[in-house]
Amino acid sequence: MSNSSTKSSTFFPEPRILPGGEKEFMMDVATSDLEISMGPQHPATHGVMKILIRADGEMVTAAQPHLGFLHRCAEKIGENVEWLQYLPYTDRYDYLASMNNNLGYSMAVEKLLGCEIPRRAQMLRTICVELNRIASALVAFGTYGLDLGAFTPFLYAFREREWLLQIFEKICGARLTYSYLRIGGVFNDAPPGWLTEVGHFCDVFEVKAQEYYDLLMVNKVFVMRTANVGVITPAQALDFGLTGPMLRGSGIDFDLRKDMPYMLYGEAWDAGAFEIPVGRGEMGTLGDCWDRIYVRVKEMTESLGIVRWCLANIEEGPVLADVGKTIKVPPGEAYVGIENPRGELGHYLVSDGGKGSSRCRVRGPSFCNLAILEDIMPGTLLADAVAIIGSTDVVIGETDR
Amino acid sequence: MLSNITTTAATTAAAAAPSENVVFHLLAEYVPEGVPGWILPIVTASISVGIVIALISVMAMGFTWLERKVSGHIQCRYGPMYAGGWHGWAQPIADGVKLLMKEDLIPIGADKALFMMAPAIVLGAIFGAFVAMPLAPDFYFADVNLGIFFILGMSSLTTIGVVMAGWSSNSKWSLYGAMREAAQVVAYEIPLGISLLVPLIVAGTFNLREASELQGDFYGMGWFVFKNPFMLPASILFFIAALAETKRAPFDLPEAESELVAGFLTEYSGIRWSFFFMEEYAAMYLMCLVASVFFFGGFESPFTYMAREQFGPNAFITNVVAASTLIVKSIAGIVLMMWVRWTLPRVRIDQVMTIGYKYLTPLALICVLGAACWEAIF
Repeated sequence: MSNSSTKSSTFFPEPRILPGGEKEFMMDVATSDLEISMGPQHPATHGVMKILIRADGEMVTAAQPHLGFLHRCAEKIGENVEWLQYLPYTDRYDYLASMNNNLGYSMAVEKLLGCEIPRRAQMLRTICVELNRIASALVAFGTYGLDLGAFTPFLYAFREREWLLQIFEKICGARLTYSYLRIGGVFNDAPPGWLTEVGHFCDVFEVKAQEYYDLLMVNKVFVMRTANVGVITPAQALDFGLTGPMLRGSGIDFDLRKDMPYMLYGEAWDAGAFEIPVGRGEMGTLGDCWDRIYVRVKEMTESLGIVRWCLANIEEGPVLADVGKTIKVPPGEAYVGIENPRGELGHYLVSDGGKGSSRCRVRGPSFCNLAILEDIMPGTLLADAVAIIGSTDVVIGETDR
Repeated sequence: MLSNITTTAATTAAAAAPSENVVFHLLAEYVPEGVPGWILPIVTASISVGIVIALISVMAMGFTWLERKVSGHIQCRYGPMYAGGWHGWAQPIADGVKLLMKEDLIPIGADKALFMMAPAIVLGAIFGAFVAMPLAPDFYFADVNLGIFFILGMSSLTTIGVVMAGWSSNSKWSLYGAMREAAQVVAYEIPLGISLLVPLIVAGTFNLREASELQGDFYGMGWFVFKNPFMLPASILFFIAALAETKRAPFDLPEAESELVAGFLTEYSGIRWSFFFMEEYAAMYLMCLVASVFFFGGFESPFTYMAREQFGPNAFITNVVAASTLIVKSIAGIVLMMWVRWTLPRVRIDQVMTIGYKYLTPLALICVLGAACWEAIF
């Protein structure tokens, strides 16, 4: 056992403030912190991430995320394959939001191409991306419950997600790695009846989203576990360059869909189709775990609004711009950032006029959001550490790429 | 002849059963002449222990099945449906066989003796506790006068096994689990014991069988919970403390799977692991039985009352009805525990301590005070 005595503390040290506000005085008992390696095989790290935790009993005194267990050289592959061939690789960064990844990459290439996307394609893209956002938020919500020991919401969330995956299967044949959004539009038009089913889903899910909110979000034990835990102040959130629900959970109203509109989001925003939920510190401090999960749960309903707006305004037309069989991209560089369910997903592509990109850089939101763990985890309890990791909602496929 | 044997038994050290239970009477009827008197108590004790172990093991297996069905239906699925045909009734048997076949792993750095002893202590303690548990006026294994003390003491022994398991596993997660278990059990034994004082004040006896029989008035509905206004809050406090005592969610911190991997069970596999698992269900059952006896009428119910009127107080059928009543009541308690488990998230360790020391203990003391005053006045 490594918890043997190695150093002795001083006789009258400063009192330490516990999370509950009590002061703790250390006696002159020789102790040392326990170093625990949470992961890479640990149920709470959502994949193969490792968090090295230094703990004094139950209290975390230091934490350090270790990445790279799922590194698949995605960016390097991007330099070695053709433009269209790279698209399936984008599915694999954030495998819970593949549509969004497809969109980010496609838009970056389209920016280089300078081509116009048919309106129906943009509508279908928006519907798929927003439905995928709901599916992703459902996983985030469900696994967060699982992290806190509530097993049942997870299965409820997956029940609805299953329907979404079936909807995706109907339109593109895949359940997880879609490659449906193509450079220049979408792969194919929606099959007959698909849009009606999406409308039906919206009606059913609206009720379910409220049910989830009542089931878990306002549960007394859940609030006890998440309120005032892992507080990220607005200043801290900006310092760390957080994006997505992590940033909005801290009360900063910033969403690329609203502030730097792309595709049809500007139009949808003007039509009042959606709002941007931000954390308000409703149950505890502004920027705590509860606020972050609240933002995700509320975003599901807002996404429904966008989908409904698209369903109301969709019109017939082509779904794929004419970009040619072999895509010829003029030399240049482009950066496109889109609002992924986890934050800003940026693609920076450099073209030298060849068959593929000469530099393909991805800014993964999970990766950028993870850095704050080191700052907010010390001083919390071991169980809080799990709650904080869950609230960052990282997807390891994306942090490692 | 019978009294002869009893006096011999009383003087023999080997007389494990302190009283004559139903097995003893059956044996005494058929024992041939010339058999030495000291044999009978030993045989009685052996058979009784065998019955307890078999009964509780089967019950625990049934509860694992029930847990799956309850959780399944809460989560909009069916649970086991295949093994055995009818609603997957043979699933626990299949599981048991699978666990027996699994490799029995002992980690290299583990303290081997302690590691192997821990599951035995845990299971032995909980089986021991059941010995003092009466099922019906005549169905008991040992009629212990300080029954509830004995049961609480034995069930606390399981903690030692858990701490042993956590320490000997040589795993940090296991150690955390053991630390949490120790802290939690110490915190919750107090409200558990104090909330039990309330029915003890009303009953005036520590003997579970006598306490049960006291609730047979008013057509079998004279349950303690109706006899004193402080009984209902006390029963809720007892239920919460029992959840923590049996490591059930939302107090399943010692084995918190999302935090500590599996807590003190991390390094256990196969049949040793299943011993801990069985202990959990046996402990749940024990707590529900105790709650039934001291709060909700024990084996007394209108059905028991009718059977007693019809067939006489000591008839076999009356005993069967009484035992069924008690078992049904305790299963209702177990289903409630499962319902709680599959609904609530887990609380944090400091919150567990806060609930135990700051809320449950004072509330339990208030209940005791109130119940005592009520009994003194009325």
